[in-house]
This record gives sequence, structure tokens and C-alpha cells, in this order.
Amino acid sequence: MTLTANFLLAGVGGQGTLLASDIVADVGMRLGADVKKSEVHGMSQRGGAVTSHVRWGAQVASPLCEKGAVDYFVAQEMLESLRWMEFLKPGGTLLLSVQQIIPTSTVYGNDQYPADERVISLVKQAAGKVLMIDAKKIAEGLGNARVANSVLLGALSAQMEMTAEAWLEVIVARVPQKHVELNRKAFYVGREGNWII
Amino acid sequence: MSKKLLSGNEALARGAWEAGVEVAAAYPGTPSTEILENLARYKEIYSEWSSNEKVALDVAIGAAYAGKRAMATMKHVGLNVASESLFYASYTGINAGLVIITADDPGLHSSQNEQDNRHYAKFAKVPMLEPSDSQEAKDMVGTCLELSEKFDTPVLLRTTTRTSHAKSIVALDERKVLPKRAYEKNPPKYVMIPGYAKRRHPVVEERLLKLAEYAETSPFNKMEIGDSRLGIVASGPSYQYAKEVFPKSSFLKLGMVWPLPKKLIADFASKVKRLIVIEELDPFFEENIRILGINAEGKNIFPLVDEFSPEVVRKAAHAVGLVDAPPIERAFDKGALPMRPPVLCAGCGHRDVFWVLRKLKVTVNSDIGCYALGVMPPLTATDTIGCMGASIGVAAGMRRGDLEGPNVAVIGDSTFFHAGMPALANAIYNQTAFTTIVVDNRTTGMTGHQGNPSSGMTLHRDMHPEVDIAQVVRGMGIEEVATVESRDLDEFEVAVKKAIKSNKPAVVIAKTPCVFVTSHPREAYKIVEEDCNGCTMCFRIGCPAISKSDVMDEQHNRPKALIDPVACVGCGLCYDVCARQAILEGALKQEAVLTTHVA
Repeated sequence: MTLTANFLLAGVGGQGTLLASDIVADVGMRLGADVKKSEVHGMSQRGGAVTSHVRWGAQVASPLCEKGAVDYFVAQEMLESLRWMEFLKPGGTLLLSVQQIIPTSTVYGNDQYPADERVISLVKQAAGKVLMIDAKKIAEGLGNARVANSVLLGALSAQMEMTAEAWLEVIVARVPQKHVELNRKAFYVGREGNWII
Repeated sequence: MSKKLLSGNEALARGAWEAGVEVAAAYPGTPSTEILENLARYKEIYSEWSSNEKVALDVAIGAAYAGKRAMATMKHVGLNVASESLFYASYTGINAGLVIITADDPGLHSSQNEQDNRHYAKFAKVPMLEPSDSQEAKDMVGTCLELSEKFDTPVLLRTTTRTSHAKSIVALDERKVLPKRAYEKNPPKYVMIPGYAKRRHPVVEERLLKLAEYAETSPFNKMEIGDSRLGIVASGPSYQYAKEVFPKSSFLKLGMVWPLPKKLIADFASKVKRLIVIEELDPFFEENIRILGINAEGKNIFPLVDEFSPEVVRKAAHAVGLVDAPPIERAFDKGALPMRPPVLCAGCGHRDVFWVLRKLKVTVNSDIGCYALGVMPPLTATDTIGCMGASIGVAAGMRRGDLEGPNVAVIGDSTFFHAGMPALANAIYNQTAFTTIVVDNRTTGMTGHQGNPSSGMTLHRDMHPEVDIAQVVRGMGIEEVATVESRDLDEFEVAVKKAIKSNKPAVVIAKTPCVFVTSHPREAYKIVEEDCNGCTMCFRIGCPAISKSDVMDEQHNRPKALIDPVACVGCGLCYDVCARQAILEGALKQEAVLTTHVA
């Protein structure tokens, strides 16, 4: 079996975008795919938009996905889902985490943060399938907001019709020992939920 | 042989370890920083943050002279700083191998320019290799060191952001242990006085010819013959993008980007009908191929500025009919979205400094570091930023240029030691009267909180004696020196005014400890909703913890302020600027503050 897929993960500095994309890349490698991943960091700690591209394939050349060629777009924040939406291919799947992180430009300037209804209607137009997950709230309910990404990855694994094993092996290897159980729980909440809107 | 997913920078560190590097030095700079951070994990290698890139390169050169394989790493503009050392090392050659990594930043993700450092190879007459993925990055470090020793030359290895920060699968090897090469005194080789240097120049020219011969057979220069209607010359990430867009065309992939393999290029050109070069930034290959009398196209098709991506290459190729399929345009009307420019962190001490400087309406000659963000709205306090250390020299020049009204130089602790001190010595020497504000946050923040001479924390997180900035500037001859906690806005303002009024070269050291290194003494602050009338004063400090509330002030019909209790780290600047006492101080923290907990 050749695993071929393009992923885009987008969030805001501090949301763990890079760790989540490392996990996606590791899973592909574990399953025998060639894998490349590209991200931009440097100033991300200071509230900037963060994106990470992950590609699985028999032989991957570019570490960057082309616009309109992403199969699975994991948006960790509402505004960021809109910002990068043109990367998703027609018919592609969006996993949208219901969270707003308000940029300072809306505070001292006249920029308007788009209303949730507007974001949802736009992404539904552009994506083949939209999964809306309040990952942060679920994670907080489980006891730690930091496991929000495991919720999203669980949902992603289900969308890809993959078994949980490889994902869990990688997550276990990547997160601190004391948080393994919580991440496993979060992964299954994401995996077993029905989030399609 | 195990395989691992590594970033280009991780692979470069691994490659250095495998190739038997024993000394490595660097100054942090995006996108190069992680090379040394990863290398520091290998205990067999002596590695250090140096005070600037030139010093780092001199340290590496010295180690190579002494007989150990050495490496210096830096961002592209770091090589400008280190260039003088590159040029003498080109003449002296080395003893044990020396590789210099330059990480370029097309697209200016975190830089003041986009310069193409391939020119340095030609300029300094040294070879340069450029990887296009992590495996090549790892392998090329070893090759660079072998070439260095074989041809007696420093060797440049160029990456870009997309090689340094992209991950791909790498096969790991063991470390080679090499015997130390004895150092032999040889002044005509290692002493570059004119008489000796003159004799080295022909050696350098001859070396370049031999390297060009070698380039013909380098395993990193390879032809991939496919459809002969189009032949593409490319290197680095551009090669990968081109492979996506032209999967069937013929390729000449250049891993050794200088000197160029003339015969191989001519051979390739003869095999294809149309020759194009796909290269980011400057037409370096294109021009040098044309010099060979070979007709190559390139910048007539592909952009000269900004970073490439698969769609940039596809769009340009499609515009001239090289490919049939245009990039996929997914047009839907999402309107103008709020941007997320990088901002000073919640609780950042630099915010206090720029708040006061803006109030004083002085001209601000600033510098490279987190505090460069003082130029962003709403603070917008900064007038000039050029390069590392430029603040003080430019401030002196503006003084001599009879600038109307006072001006101040603003420079960080790490940048002060990097390139600020010579400019300050110059101001003292020439008695140019202006004030330098050293914003001492005890860390090199923007690149990820590395230590520097001011903090005394080394690459390995050992605590060495701190180089005390106040003592340094007093020792240099500054009479007007004040050290203040700029969190106390009044105290800081008084100190700056006094320094300016002294009409002498003066220094104010503003202690602005980074929130990643220390913590503020109070818990999160809170808006007292009934007292807030939405006056927007606290919005104007640009704190990411403050936003507009959904609750409106009825009288003025404007939103009240809201402080995010998680994001707020309790600095209290909003409390200081609030004219209505509508902000409640956070409770004093129980635990000890100002403890180092570097991220």
C-alpha cells in the first residue's frame, strides 16, 4: 500500500502546531511512506500565524504542498482556517477547531475578527467535508487544554480510515510520560466522535 | 542503519558529528539557530555561542589551524559580519577541515533582507555546496570537510529556510574519529601580511581551477535525463519544486554550486532543446552559465524576489507556456482578514521602553532583536533599523547630521556585545552627544532565548561570569551611566531625560527581563468593568492579553477592555496607563520571582 496524502496544519504560536505536524509526519514514516514536512518558525512565539505542511507519498519532492492540493486541513483556530483555505483541494476535508484567538490588530485598529457564522459558511463552501470540533473545550473537560491536538488527530485518523495503532504509538513517543493516558483518552474522543457538519 | 525524520538543521548537526567535527561556533540567527542547538547535544564536540558571527568564524578557523575539524554556522547576514574572516581564511587555507554554514532566508521570514549568499563563494573563491533535503544536508557536511582538507580551503555550505526548517527522512551513520592533525608553524601560509598574502593569491586561483575539475565528477552534481525538450538546472529547494512542476523533464541538479562544472553543463545543454534555470533570488547560475557561452533562460520566466514554492514555479512556467496546467486558484470571497504580525509578548519589558520613548517624541535609532517590534503599531516608536549594531553608529551620524530634536539609540544586550561596542567607543572617542539605551532583557530573545555575554549562560546552559554592561561602558569612558528598572515608567523617563540633557555620550541600561527568563511579581490584572469606559488607552500599548470586550460602554457606545487572565503575566503596564483606575492589580505571587527558568 502506498500512502499518499497532503496535510496542512495551521494555528497560532503557542497552540502546538509544530508538535501536531511532527506527529502526522512520524505516522507516515512509521507506515512506510516517504515523508516531508515544512514549517516556518522563528517569530511564532510572538503570536504569529503558524503553518506546517506535511506530505506522505511513494517519493515526495517538495516539502511544501501546492495551493489547492491539500487533502486534510487541520485548522486549530477559526480565523486561521479562512486564511489558508485556498490550500485545501476541491472536495478536501477540513478539521476545524472551534477556537478564537484574537489578534491585537483588532484591538488597536479597525480590523474585524470574522464572526463564527461567516467562517463556517465560507469553509463549508470551499471544503468537501467540514468537521467542527471544540477541541479546546473537550481537552479542558478531560483536564488539560494541551491535549486539544490529540482530539484533532484522533478525528483525523478516523477520517483517513486508519487504525489507531500507528497514531497512538507516535503520540506516546512524543508526549511527556505523565500525559500519555490523557492524550490517549483525548485521541479516542476525537476518533469516536461524529463531528461532520 | 537506522532512519529518522530530521530537519535540515538537525541533519547538519548530525552530519557534523558523524564527520568528526570537534569544534563548532555560531551566533544564533534564523533560520540557522537549531544547528548549534542540536550539535550541543553531542558531548564529544566543543561548541559555543560566540559573541558574533565573525568571532565564531575566527574560533572555527583557529580550531582548524590547530588540527581539529571545525564548523561555524550563521544566518545569511551573519556571513556579512564574518566575511572579512572568510576572505583571509580563503587565502590561508586550513589544516583540519573547516565548513561554514550559511542559512539564507528567501522570503524574509525573519531577516532584514533577502540576499543570495552563493555570491560569497565566487567572491571569496571558495567552494560551496547546497543540499535540497535533510539527507543531502547531513551527507554534505562530511563532503565539505573532505574537500576542505583535500583542497586546503574553507568550504561553504548554503541552506535556505526551506532546507533548514523542512524535515525529511535521513539514514544515520556512526561518528568517524579522526586523528588530530599536528599544527606546524608556517607564517607564509598563516600570516596574511602583504608579502605573504601576495604569494597566496595564485595558490587560491590554482585551487579554484582544481575545484572546478573536481566539480565535474562531484556525486552531488547529477544529470537526470528525461524528456529532452526541456532541460532544467536547479539546486536546493528550487530543484524539489521544479520536480513537482516538471516531473518528466531533464534535470541537471547542482549540489556543488561553486565552482560550476563547465563540461557537465555544456554536455547537459547539448542534450536538451531548451535550457532553463530555476533558482531562488539572484540569477547566479544563469549568469555564470551564460558566461560559458551557453544560452540559458531563467529570470525572464521566474521571479527575482521572494521565496519560491511549487505554485510560484508553476505560475511562472504556465505564464510562458512551459506547462499546460495553471496553479489551482480557489477563489472565494473571504474579504480582508486581520493579520497576525509578530507582537511583543504580554508582559515584555521592551513595551515599557517604547511607551516612554513615544511619549518623549525622540527619534529612535533601533536595532535587531525582539525590540525591533517597537516599530509596529500601536507603539510605532522607531525611526530606523538597519543591521546588527547599526543603532549606535546611525544615532551618532544623525547627531552629526544636525537632526532636529534629540535621538536615542536602542540596542539589546546580545546585540550590544555583537556589534554595539565599537560604535559606542567611536561615540566616546569623537564625543558625539547622544544617549544609548541598552535594553537588557538577559537573553537573546527573538532567536529562542539563547544566552549571551550579558547573561553568562552558555550554549550548554552553564552559568559563566556575566559581562556587566554598566562596568563595560564605564570602563570605555561613558560618564553618564544609569541603570534603571524600566518597569518603573517614571524612573525610566527621568533617567532618559537626564541622559539626553547631559549633552554627552550617555548610556541608560534599561532592565527589561524577558518573560521567558523571569516572571513578574503579580498575578493577572483585571478590568473593573463598571469603571472602564472604553477610552482605549490600554489598547494603545499593544498587549496581546488585552482585547475588546463584548460589553459596551453605553454612554460612549464603545467596547470596554478585557484582560485575558491566562495570557496576562502581570506586568502592570496597562494599570500604569489607565487614566480611570479601572484596572485591578493582580495579587502578589507567593513563589519567589526573578528565578531563571529559561524555556
